[in-house]
Amino acid sequence: MLWLVLAGVLALTLGACGRDEEGGGGGGGSAKASPGITDTEVKLGGSYPFSGPASAYGTIGNGAKAHFEAINAKGGVGGRKIKFTTLDDGYEPPKALQNAKRLIQQEQVFALFNTLGTPNNLAIWDFVNQQKVPHLFVATGASVWGADVKAHPYTIGWQPNYVTEAQVYAAYLKKEKPNAKVAVLYQNDGFGKDLLGGFEKAIGGSQIKIVDKESYNVTDPTVAAQVKRLAGSGADTFLNVTTPKFSAQAIATIAKSDWKPLHILNNVGASKTLVLKPVGLDTAKGIVSTAYFKDPEDSQWADDAAVKEYRAGLKKYSPKTDPNDAFAMFGWTVAETMAKALEKMKEPTRDSLMEAVRSLDVEQATMLPGNKIQTGPDDGFPIEAMQIQEFDGQNWKLQGELVEAKAK
Amino acid sequence: MSMLSVDRGSPKHRRLQIAGYVALAVLALAVPFLFGPFRVSQFTLVVIYAVAVLGLNLLVGYSGQISLGHGAFFAVGAYTSAILLDKTGLPYLLTIPAAGAVAFLAGFALGVPALRLRGLYLALVTLAVAIAAPVLIQRFESLTGGSQGLTVEQPKAPGWSGLADDQFLYVLCLLVAVPLFALAAGIVRRDIGRALIAMRDDETAARTMGIDLSTYKTRAFGLSAGYAGVAGGLFTFANGFVAPESFTLVVSFSFLAAVVVGGLATVAGALFGALFIVFVPVYAQDVDQALSGVIYGATLIVCMYVFRSGVMGLLRKGFGKVVEVRGSTSGRNDDEVQEVAVAGAGRSAGADSGGVRP
Repeated sequence: MLWLVLAGVLALTLGACGRDEEGGGGGGGSAKASPGITDTEVKLGGSYPFSGPASAYGTIGNGAKAHFEAINAKGGVGGRKIKFTTLDDGYEPPKALQNAKRLIQQEQVFALFNTLGTPNNLAIWDFVNQQKVPHLFVATGASVWGADVKAHPYTIGWQPNYVTEAQVYAAYLKKEKPNAKVAVLYQNDGFGKDLLGGFEKAIGGSQIKIVDKESYNVTDPTVAAQVKRLAGSGADTFLNVTTPKFSAQAIATIAKSDWKPLHILNNVGASKTLVLKPVGLDTAKGIVSTAYFKDPEDSQWADDAAVKEYRAGLKKYSPKTDPNDAFAMFGWTVAETMAKALEKMKEPTRDSLMEAVRSLDVEQATMLPGNKIQTGPDDGFPIEAMQIQEFDGQNWKLQGELVEAKAK
Repeated sequence: MSMLSVDRGSPKHRRLQIAGYVALAVLALAVPFLFGPFRVSQFTLVVIYAVAVLGLNLLVGYSGQISLGHGAFFAVGAYTSAILLDKTGLPYLLTIPAAGAVAFLAGFALGVPALRLRGLYLALVTLAVAIAAPVLIQRFESLTGGSQGLTVEQPKAPGWSGLADDQFLYVLCLLVAVPLFALAAGIVRRDIGRALIAMRDDETAARTMGIDLSTYKTRAFGLSAGYAGVAGGLFTFANGFVAPESFTLVVSFSFLAAVVVGGLATVAGALFGALFIVFVPVYAQDVDQALSGVIYGATLIVCMYVFRSGVMGLLRKGFGKVVEVRGSTSGRNDDEVQEVAVAGAGRSAGADSGGVRP
């Protein structure tokens, strides 16, 4: 019994450092200045999987942080230094929610930025919108983030969503292979179904047919069996809607079979470092995918000023991060969008930031040339253009032009 | 060498106990008013996890069976509550007993194979359950929302209470947890608890004493899972969202870690264990982001080395130096029971728990 009392005392001491946080980060926006922003500093917070099965994505957080540091070194945005607090959620939604509460109610950040993962953001978006805190440029390609502006006015995505990507593949096939017989392998979750659904819709009315499709669960050990079944389907095109581990397995399985389809690999799995290198760059020759920002490993950008600046910035502010990792470039690039939005903000309030976020029209030097970041009051999809790229056995090579596709 | 010495059951002992309860009640009720919303949400989690850990401790500590699958029962409770809230208009309070009942049945069912298995084999079977849970959740998509999860309305503080939502949620969880702790304290002190302990210490001896092993084992499994289910239901309230990713193996392991850190076969230990699994990872992350997992693990190992009988074992040792309770040998001597339990559990786990009596 007395032990219980001691547990209570211990509990109070453990939590004792947080007593000055009364008032929370709620801030209905009545006051002029919102929490987390002063004339010299603006606090942002993000939750990433630095540990656990999805920890490869943690690099995105490091890339973003490095860019904010680089911006701070040049004087910050409008005289304000950006302080970016990142927390680890191990890709578990309840932890992401705890992190969001901690960032908003205790650290009192001005806005959440780039929190990663579809389930994690689904877990926090009701809470964040209740608190009226901007929930910006989330690192997930689900189409919900831009489609539900009314119910979740404080949330916005960034990267091209999966429906957009599917439309780009459909457009490519219509041009290059109008009678394609497609076999699809897709991940059995929101991501896979989003992309597959978008593709099915986009090929409607054309001669392109889906002749077979197989799904797998993230928890499955391998997709070899599914790929072998698809190989027997008589398809001449393979749409590979998978996350990195499974992308690699699918490529390896096809290399060992005598099936030689046109291989379309979705952007999520198109990492040279994570996917193509382990299975052998030669086997990946001829694979087609999409890109929307400059791949740091692509030799055509070797002398590009923006890519050089990125390499130098990463070396200085996040020396442990591999600059060839496209995820680091992703983080670097999305951080710039954030800085642009802060620059455009008229008053130091959350609502004013949201206004700026919903009226972006910027070009960024690390994006593919001409790929603008545009939003509008009803347009919650900042990036809606991608370019087809083909792997030449050494590097991804961009093909053709940027393809714009609106997910509506 | 104690500074103070009282007789068990004497008026002085009673007074000390009552003072203890009052102090605890004051502390517990002060939490939502002393801290900001984020801390309160952490303490809400502590209360929720404590219920699940207590349930697991009834199984592991008292009945001597092992379960690496309590994350699954936790998930069953969470999803029962979420599905009821999502599909039916059931008032949210009623989903808690439902969550407990469904998890109880699931636990009872798993208790049947547990009759034939012991130790490592039982651990493997329950581990399989924990691994299968997220996959199964994804399979029944129409009910569970698949990988998209389910979003449910969180309980709102009624206007008359004058509480903020986070404070209300904490009080609500506390009101559910207190009777469950009282129930557990009652159970372990009475014949059921004694039967479980006897069974753990020596099955053959227990059987000769007339204890029906299969009944008690399955009941222990069911009860333990029921606690986890109730905790799961509360967890749904606290998050307003359930998804398969929320119930990975990590959950099961952290419950087991909490049981051991708190102290095997103790009731109050569940609270310490829950404090451990809520706060230590957070502080570990503040030390070093990349090494948080390592720091958490190292802390766990250090705990195991420094106090093998858990926080409770350590406290008993230290506290015994201040107040000595001279025990009678009559039946209602819970400390005696717990002492035996701690020592016994240590033995069955293959480690010497050390003498916990000062």
